[in-house]
Amino acid sequence: MNITLRVWRQANAQATGKMVTYQVKDVSPDMSFLEMLDLLNEDLTLKGEEPVAFDHDCREGICGMCGVVINGTAHGRGDSPVATTTCQLHMRSFSDGATIDVEPWRAGPFPVIKDLAVDRSAFDRIIQAGGFISANTGAAPDAHAAPVGKLKADRAFDAATCIGCGACVAACPNSSGMLFTAAKITHLAMLPQGQPERYSRIKTMIATHDAEGFGGCTNIGECSAVCPKEIPLDTISQLNRDLIASLFKKDGK
Amino acid sequence: MAVTGLVLIGFLLMHMYGNLKMFLGEHSFDFYAEWLKGDILYPLIPHGWFIWLFRAFMLAAIALHMYSAVTLWARAKAANPQAYAAKKQLAQTYSARTMRWGGVILAGFLVFHLLQFTVKATLVKGTADLTPYKLVVAEFNVWWLVLAYGLWLVAVCMHVRHGVWSAFTTLGANTSPKARAVLNGCAWVVAILLYIGFMIMPVAVLTGVLH
Amino acid sequence: MTTTVRPTGTRPEDFFSVGAEIRDTKAPAGPIEQKWSKRKFEAKLVNPSNRRKLSVIIVGTGLAGGAAAASLGEAGYNVLNFCYQDSPRRAHSIAAQGGINAAKNYRNDNDSTYRLFYDTVKGGDYRARETNVYRLAEVSANIIDQCVAQGVPFAREYGGLLDNRSFGGVQVQRTFYARGQTGQQLLIGAYQALERQVAAGTVAMYTRHEMLEVIIVDGRARGIVTRDMVTGKVESFFADAVVLATGGYGNVFFLSTNAMGCNVTAGWRAHRKGAYFGNPCYTQIHPTCIPVHGETQSKLTLMSESLRNDGRIWVPKRAEDCEKDPRQIAEADRDYYLERIYPAFGNLVPRDIASRQAKNMCDEGRGVGPKVGDARRGVYLDFSDAIGRLGKDGVAARYGNLFDMYAQITGEDPYETPMRIYPAVHYTMGGVWVDYDLSSSIPGLYVTGEANFSDHGANRLGASALMQGLADGYFVLPNTINDYLAGAPFTKVDASHPAAVEAVKAVKDQIDALLAVDGTRTVDSFHKELGHIMWEYCGMERTEAGLIKAIGLIQKLREEFWADVKVSGVNEDFNQTLERAGRVVDLMELGELMCVDALHRRESCGGHFRAESQTEDGEALRDDDKFLYVAAWEYNGTAQPPILHKEPLVYESIELKQRSYK
Repeated sequence: MNITLRVWRQANAQATGKMVTYQVKDVSPDMSFLEMLDLLNEDLTLKGEEPVAFDHDCREGICGMCGVVINGTAHGRGDSPVATTTCQLHMRSFSDGATIDVEPWRAGPFPVIKDLAVDRSAFDRIIQAGGFISANTGAAPDAHAAPVGKLKADRAFDAATCIGCGACVAACPNSSGMLFTAAKITHLAMLPQGQPERYSRIKTMIATHDAEGFGGCTNIGECSAVCPKEIPLDTISQLNRDLIASLFKKDGK
Repeated sequence: MAVTGLVLIGFLLMHMYGNLKMFLGEHSFDFYAEWLKGDILYPLIPHGWFIWLFRAFMLAAIALHMYSAVTLWARAKAANPQAYAAKKQLAQTYSARTMRWGGVILAGFLVFHLLQFTVKATLVKGTADLTPYKLVVAEFNVWWLVLAYGLWLVAVCMHVRHGVWSAFTTLGANTSPKARAVLNGCAWVVAILLYIGFMIMPVAVLTGVLH
Repeated sequence: MTTTVRPTGTRPEDFFSVGAEIRDTKAPAGPIEQKWSKRKFEAKLVNPSNRRKLSVIIVGTGLAGGAAAASLGEAGYNVLNFCYQDSPRRAHSIAAQGGINAAKNYRNDNDSTYRLFYDTVKGGDYRARETNVYRLAEVSANIIDQCVAQGVPFAREYGGLLDNRSFGGVQVQRTFYARGQTGQQLLIGAYQALERQVAAGTVAMYTRHEMLEVIIVDGRARGIVTRDMVTGKVESFFADAVVLATGGYGNVFFLSTNAMGCNVTAGWRAHRKGAYFGNPCYTQIHPTCIPVHGETQSKLTLMSESLRNDGRIWVPKRAEDCEKDPRQIAEADRDYYLERIYPAFGNLVPRDIASRQAKNMCDEGRGVGPKVGDARRGVYLDFSDAIGRLGKDGVAARYGNLFDMYAQITGEDPYETPMRIYPAVHYTMGGVWVDYDLSSSIPGLYVTGEANFSDHGANRLGASALMQGLADGYFVLPNTINDYLAGAPFTKVDASHPAAVEAVKAVKDQIDALLAVDGTRTVDSFHKELGHIMWEYCGMERTEAGLIKAIGLIQKLREEFWADVKVSGVNEDFNQTLERAGRVVDLMELGELMCVDALHRRESCGGHFRAESQTEDGEALRDDDKFLYVAAWEYNGTAQPPILHKEPLVYESIELKQRSYK
């Protein structure tokens, strides 16, 4: 296959970027999208040009490090038959001779570092604000001390599969980080261990989410539609329920 | 946003119900119109106060709704310093996409609507001294006015379509994929009900069923 | 920077010299079940009010590093935690699928600490240190308690209690799991505990910082040199102790199931500064991975071993059938080779055996799938019998997610046509040598998780990697490092100390040297070539001649690298080519040591199969008389061969046996 790529090139956070067109030849349909970018970079390096910077690591769809907007959808969800991360999108999803637009996540709280790589540390700060259960090492009771019904355990698990890639923010017209925040809220709210901090957690996490500059949620659903782990939209309703309940509780600020 | 939105939707449903009183005849409608301005909650509050309290309440709801919208809009704008060169939406409905500009258009037309039927400053065919029933009949005999209201209500109902779903979700009612389908279904029902309920009367006037 | 090539030779002993034997001096005497309690009691303590005056650098944020950083932060130490990724949650522990073992005996099926200990030592083919493994089994139950308390959503039954399954060929159900994403859930648990400490101010987190050097002052590890991967700033950090939790080095093979960024630099730099490297040749090759599709492939994806429970592995009997559609090949023309050779265990033989036989079939020219280079590298894993027996829905219920993953990657429907699988490098049992306290041979330098060599011997059992990472991070290191820190504070060190200046200069010199070559070959092309050499000669089957050849090839490759590599851009930038180049430099040096280690160990054990040491049936044959020791290698400069220090393995609680799966 031969592909025409239009890639966002931006030298650093301060620079203004632009879309630059490249031709990539001899692409195999079995290549992953990132392997196709590797191929481009090998070519650019040999030509003495600067390779395209992009984040990636595990290349098996679980670490959450990779993520670019492909033809206008995060992780190329619009071109993929199934929910996917960028590293698990394969070139057979595109036709020979196609022109593909590749852009970084675009959101104020995710500033571009270079080309397609962005800074998602805002997500870590949301977790720091309460996305945990305070259980010091060594202080745990026996694992069977608190049974968890299967339905709640499964719902906690569904939410906990979030990989923190940021596709939800990239896809959201409001650049809201609500699905990410809601996934963590739901995960911990479903478990007995998460109850003591349940209502203080939500206040501090939401406050940090807003302070980081993410937009508000208007229930459009783009986030869930591109989510590689298909985190359901109902986690956001869970967050809202807990937030409303927390207004009537003394926990937290 | 959600609470004020639901208040406004509740008002719309009530307003629609009131409009349908046109079909019960001139007397019934005029009496209803008079009652609204008159004795509700009397003697708890003095004659004629209710309507003003109600108007103040509605105004507050609208103002808060708009304030929330502007805040959300401003936050979204601040969070989106650079637009995508190519962007494709996978889940966003047309009504969700048009909430903001749609809301502005709604607000503009609302001003016209109030000037027309409440303040009676922009009457097209009727005159201010007519009884409410006669005034409505006079105005909706103008075909382009009915058409304008028909279009406006499309905008209203689209706004309501996303609004109902979104308000209930914000209030925590979207508890599962099934609930999501139900809420979206309800949103459609409310929107279509409002459209039919509001448009049936002007069309009846225009076609001479009501005169 | 130039490479001085070590003298080569024709005999194994030309490639190394033998130094003094070493011993672990930290494990106390006494019955094995009392050693850990005794050690904890005897270790010196640090008063809680003094802890805040002490600092610890931890490199890596996976299970071993993240858990240690969180636990030491909770204890009150000042922790500086580094990772090369953009967030601590990305560490490659996240990719582990299967589960985590723990001797809870929740199934009432005769499990015990001793049995987990026994299984792990046996699975490691009697090349692990008894004391460390017993302790691992001992703390395993605490890990599950801790993780549940953190909110890790393990699989549960309808009664609300935890579910278990049996895993990796053991006879008890002791594996806890979270669908196929156990590693992810455990890592998120550790990550959340870590972020809690970041918020509490006890842990300072440095993401996108790659450690490139250790700083040794007065014989103690006192700091590290890092490169800020966004700005290129080379900087030194100091502490009272340094912990490396930097994972394995499977990427020496280029293609592996490791993440793209996994590397050996931290461990290798420590090795160059005096830390012994233990058993580098022990690598685990996993039999059920998705095969290579072509030269541009960047990584391999593992599929759970559980597939072998119902899938039947075969290749065509005749090489000329290999191009055919497998559905057109008659039953009589298929060779179900594992069932044929191992009638008792069939398709369920251990990982190393299944892997090696797949290679043998492909070497005979009976591999299937696309040609990569000049050979087909794949065998069929056929579910048609299982579909006939269980129905398509039955198979989907057991393996649906794996089938989906296979279909997404290969574009083939495994319900219709047999899957193709091939072995891939998955885990490295070797690593920096550590004692019972997890201290390396450099005082103050601790090494945890896959980065050390300690617990898995020559082969790791399934669901044991997660166990080891968390055991080290939560329970072992926080109870041993205090013994060292009790001697602190040590002399004050800052960036002006000659040792720090020298280390920073060494890092900058190497960066400058890499950028200065400006040759004609890309970094990846060298990395791939290294991978080919390692896979060919130091992979599933190793021979004396092959290893000697490989050492020569690697030395040549290193020379060529420094003469012809092309690293574009500048240091003061987000320069991913430069990052990779530095890693490849260290991987090449490590690759050479792996070959030397494999060459000297003229026996087969676990993941290390020497063709010269096999039974008449072609099975691995250990040589306990000669090789019952840990090979701890000392770096001896670029011009001298490495020095071998043997740590004899003493088995007091377990009797040595030869493995047999026939």
